[in-house]
Amino acid sequence: MTTILVNLLVSVMAAATPLLLAAVGELVVERVAVLNLGVEGMMLVGAIAGFATAHETGNLVLALCAALAAGMLLSSVFALLTLTLQANQTATGLALTIFGRGFSALVGAGYVGIAAPTLPHLHIPVLSDLPVLGPVLFGYDPLVYLALASLVAVAWFLARTHAGLIMRAVGDQHDAAHVLGYKVIRIRYLAVLFGGAMAGIAGAYMSLAYTPLWAQDMIAGRGWVALALVTFAAWRPFWLLIGAWLFGGIMYLSLYVQGLGVPVPSAFLSALPYIGTIVVLVLISRDRRRIALHRPAMLGRAFNATG
Amino acid sequence: MLSLQPRGYVSTLWSWGSPILALVLTALVSGGIFALMGHPPVLTVYTFLVSPLFAPDGLAALAVKAAPLVMMGVGLSLAYRANIWNIGTEGQFTLGAIAAGGLALALPDAPGWTLFPAMIAAGIVGGALWALVVAWLRTSFNANEILTSLMLTYVAQYLLVYLVTGPWRDPRGFGFPQTAMFSDAAAGPRLVEGSNLHLGLVLAPVIAAAAWLVLEKTVLGFQLQVLGQAPRAARFAGFNENRLIWLAMAISGGLAGLAGMFEVTGTQGQLTTTSSPGYGFTAIIVAFLGRLNPLGVVPAGLLLALTYLGGDAAQIELGMSNAITGIFQGILLFCLLGADVLILHQPRWRPRHLTKSSPVPGAGT
Amino acid sequence: MHPPLLQLAGITKQFPGCLANDDVDLTVERNQIHALLGENGAGKSTLVKIIYGVMRPDAGMMIWQGEQVVIQNPAHARRLGIGMVFQHFSLFEALTVVENIALGLNDAKDRVGLYGRIVEVSRSYGLPVDPDRRVHDLSVGERQRIEVVRCLLQNPKLLIMDEPTSVLTPQEVELLFATLRRLAAEGCSILYISHKLEEVRALCQAATVMRLGRVVAHCTPSEKTARELASIMISAELKPASERRAVPAVGKPRLVLDRLSLPATSEFGTSLQSISVSVAGGEILGIAGVAGNGQGELMAALSGETLAGRPEMVIIDTVPAGHMGPRERRRLGGCFVPEERNGHGAATTMSLSQNGFLSAHRRAALVRLGVIDQRRTRAFADSVIRRFDVRTTGATAVAQSLSGGNLQKFLVGREVLLDPAVLVISQPTWGLDAGAALAIHESIIALAAAGAAVVIISQDLDEIFLLSDRIAVIAAGRLSEPIPVGEASLERIGLLMGGVSAAPADTVHA
Repeated sequence: MTTILVNLLVSVMAAATPLLLAAVGELVVERVAVLNLGVEGMMLVGAIAGFATAHETGNLVLALCAALAAGMLLSSVFALLTLTLQANQTATGLALTIFGRGFSALVGAGYVGIAAPTLPHLHIPVLSDLPVLGPVLFGYDPLVYLALASLVAVAWFLARTHAGLIMRAVGDQHDAAHVLGYKVIRIRYLAVLFGGAMAGIAGAYMSLAYTPLWAQDMIAGRGWVALALVTFAAWRPFWLLIGAWLFGGIMYLSLYVQGLGVPVPSAFLSALPYIGTIVVLVLISRDRRRIALHRPAMLGRAFNATG
Repeated sequence: MLSLQPRGYVSTLWSWGSPILALVLTALVSGGIFALMGHPPVLTVYTFLVSPLFAPDGLAALAVKAAPLVMMGVGLSLAYRANIWNIGTEGQFTLGAIAAGGLALALPDAPGWTLFPAMIAAGIVGGALWALVVAWLRTSFNANEILTSLMLTYVAQYLLVYLVTGPWRDPRGFGFPQTAMFSDAAAGPRLVEGSNLHLGLVLAPVIAAAAWLVLEKTVLGFQLQVLGQAPRAARFAGFNENRLIWLAMAISGGLAGLAGMFEVTGTQGQLTTTSSPGYGFTAIIVAFLGRLNPLGVVPAGLLLALTYLGGDAAQIELGMSNAITGIFQGILLFCLLGADVLILHQPRWRPRHLTKSSPVPGAGT
Repeated sequence: MHPPLLQLAGITKQFPGCLANDDVDLTVERNQIHALLGENGAGKSTLVKIIYGVMRPDAGMMIWQGEQVVIQNPAHARRLGIGMVFQHFSLFEALTVVENIALGLNDAKDRVGLYGRIVEVSRSYGLPVDPDRRVHDLSVGERQRIEVVRCLLQNPKLLIMDEPTSVLTPQEVELLFATLRRLAAEGCSILYISHKLEEVRALCQAATVMRLGRVVAHCTPSEKTARELASIMISAELKPASERRAVPAVGKPRLVLDRLSLPATSEFGTSLQSISVSVAGGEILGIAGVAGNGQGELMAALSGETLAGRPEMVIIDTVPAGHMGPRERRRLGGCFVPEERNGHGAATTMSLSQNGFLSAHRRAALVRLGVIDQRRTRAFADSVIRRFDVRTTGATAVAQSLSGGNLQKFLVGREVLLDPAVLVISQPTWGLDAGAALAIHESIIALAAAGAAVVIISQDLDEIFLLSDRIAVIAAGRLSEPIPVGEASLERIGLLMGGVSAAPADTVHA
């Protein structure tokens, strides 16, 4: 019984990690009132960049850097188009996803079915060997801890630092921030690049730790779930964790139940996470009050620097 | 130092010039990527964009590929004009295919003149209903239609897989995940005997023209436009936003379902797990490339159809993965979004020493 | 003799299509409250933005405390000792007062001990603010105090105030004046921008008058009458506004509100509480009130954008209409001009012809069998343009290409031409130049004379007193009992306006 429970907790944490990594990035982006729908595309390029680099060089640190860079590069295209050239954010985000799918499919064609080094799990003497607590708290690969650490860091940054205050201000009233002398465009560029980096790492987690291999379209909609997560959390960092566990749990459970051989068509179980996302989205969106209270007021509004 | 000055008006020149500029830029960028991959750029771009036109039956193949894209693009152009972001046309396409295909499988002996119109209706209704779920979630619960329509795309795909590997699997199909072939009656009338030039090829431009008339000449079209450009003004005018959401989703979903129906009956003749070759996302590009104008969607659809044929040609003749189609489409959309800046802005070259941070002439010092 | 605090010489600034400042000279002495007078569009805002470093002049120079300076940006201006309270506040709704003030202080050392310093400054200058409250909870007067405290924390030598009293009750205005006089006496000069002549005469020791980008006069306001000042500003013999006899409400009631109540539609909105009033044909009812007390909600309830709980809550020409949307209410003869021209009353990216259609499609029969009659729609827009002197290239011109005044003339004309039974208009002349404002006022008066019931919702008390037969005040979603204009005094109305936002409600943490 405890083994099942331990397995459940560990697996949910693992399933939640790519969602958490990507969502933390997107949260920062949305707090400065930019909507980047291209998370799925950035995760895909991160996944293939990380995988390919790991396979070619055997160096996992290099692989993670490559994934980070790939995500940032793609997000910089988004930033250039939407922030400098004032293109429509929705269309550009979709373009990112379409391009990301195509690019990762192209480069990844040569890496299907091939093995690559995977991320090692942490092993702290004594602590990792504890029954129950060992694997649940101390047995993960580094990216899981990175996800949690980045969540805490971002939460602290936004709430407690002056720079974080400036970001929140930009998302609240970008015209007022501009009048006060803050460089709205530059701040948004930085946020978008951060979001891209996090999405890239999230993708690398999928191909180097979670699955771990490369297959076309392997992100399977997690990027979109991450977007839903940010709305679910009403742009508050702590709730991202709850949401990531929830969605991760649903994803894991659908696989687990399929493995049990229960007489439910496997297609239905595979569809469960997506149906679950819709249900959660609906439940959240009904609470217009809470959303209105926390939503960055400038989200979806164009910024025109005048004068 | 390049800067962008707002023009203060919409440049008609660049409204239609920007897609052309985007195409040129895309060819250049793609050529560059091909070169990096070790293929001669000019030859590859030629193979990709031009050679399919000159292949035997090239134009017919182009039209067949373009018809579903145009249908879906037209529906999306109406919805996007109203700022209703239906991203789930892929799933609506699938549902239309399922509905029509299911009907064909259920009535293998029905005569063509009853079956085919019924299948058209089924395709439209299937796609429309799937889209109306999104409309319902948006109007009743304020759920974002981008995410819900996308999630439903995945659900639709799994529904198709379930049907094709389970209850609808062809008992004589050797266990392959596919249904039985549809009857000849289900294939519908052909423009040329024995070809796969199905009725959709004629319907697509007709639908485009009809949609343009609705958008430009009718109150409904005007309401969609106002909703997209000035939602508060739409409310001020008394236009019912919820009703418009239902209509826009029903139209775009129905047209996607219709496209799905023609694709599985006209070209494939059965349902498989890959009944949609990703047309749903391509249709989004078609809509933008066509400037969200139903008439513009026609040439845009033809161009994107060309990229599919080009990908196949590059695979056969040059040994490249046909995933370059996806890349090309993505780059095309990027370049289009970038080139669109010229519609509202004028680029100006300001010599560096006169930029803001420098002292103002006449201010002393 | 100390040199003047600030001297501007030859300041010029050109925008595309508009010379905002043309060779402007300005001198502000120490300990002085100096008025910058002019109509909307005279160039005052541009000039002070140049002083504050938001933009650079094309030509001219600035001498601060005897030395020539080139102000690079607002932070530089603040370092020199120049503070500015904008007409439209640069405040962040979701953040607290402390956070808002902190954002205005770029230097980290300015932020040390901020909380305590805010408390101290606000207490000592009689500007109560609660540092922990979020801005979206605060009234307009309270928000202005945040802006002032923010400036004062940096020990300015010059404080620029841009139209500060347009959003205050008369009592709040007195409080502000007391603070400003004290500041001037203690060594902080005030540059006071306004078009409110009586206030300027009461407060300011010197005035510079601008018109169309140029300085037309320097004077001492207290030595001139308001009329003299006005004629310098407009430089035309002031046409006296059409004389209005206060018409007693004898006509049939054409608009009746019967205990209209509505819960707030959004998180930060105001609920309407049991509003009852009756407006007769030929009568103008003026609803005064400080922004944020339910004006927008009332407008939406009247136009039909928000539906009322009972049909009888809104009655147009004896027909209960509370359950009807805007289209049906227009059919009954209701016409509406909302507060926001851009995006609400008009679709900025659409043509005047299309914008005319928004309102007129039912009453002017512009639709046949679902198809738009383009010829009639165009003709309607053309007649509005002609009859209301809208300066534009034609009915195909895009709404955003029109100036504010001309667009408003079009929007008002669009409604008036539909022969309304009831016209409800919110902030009719906000941000308009005198000529356009006069034209709008005359249209409204003419419409009432023709028998329509007119309701004006406005923050401008001068306008309310000028046009109304009866005046009511909206505060916290409640409407006061209407008073005939002859019996209404500025003070009484002011007290009603300040009903909820009176100072004692604010406490300062110890």
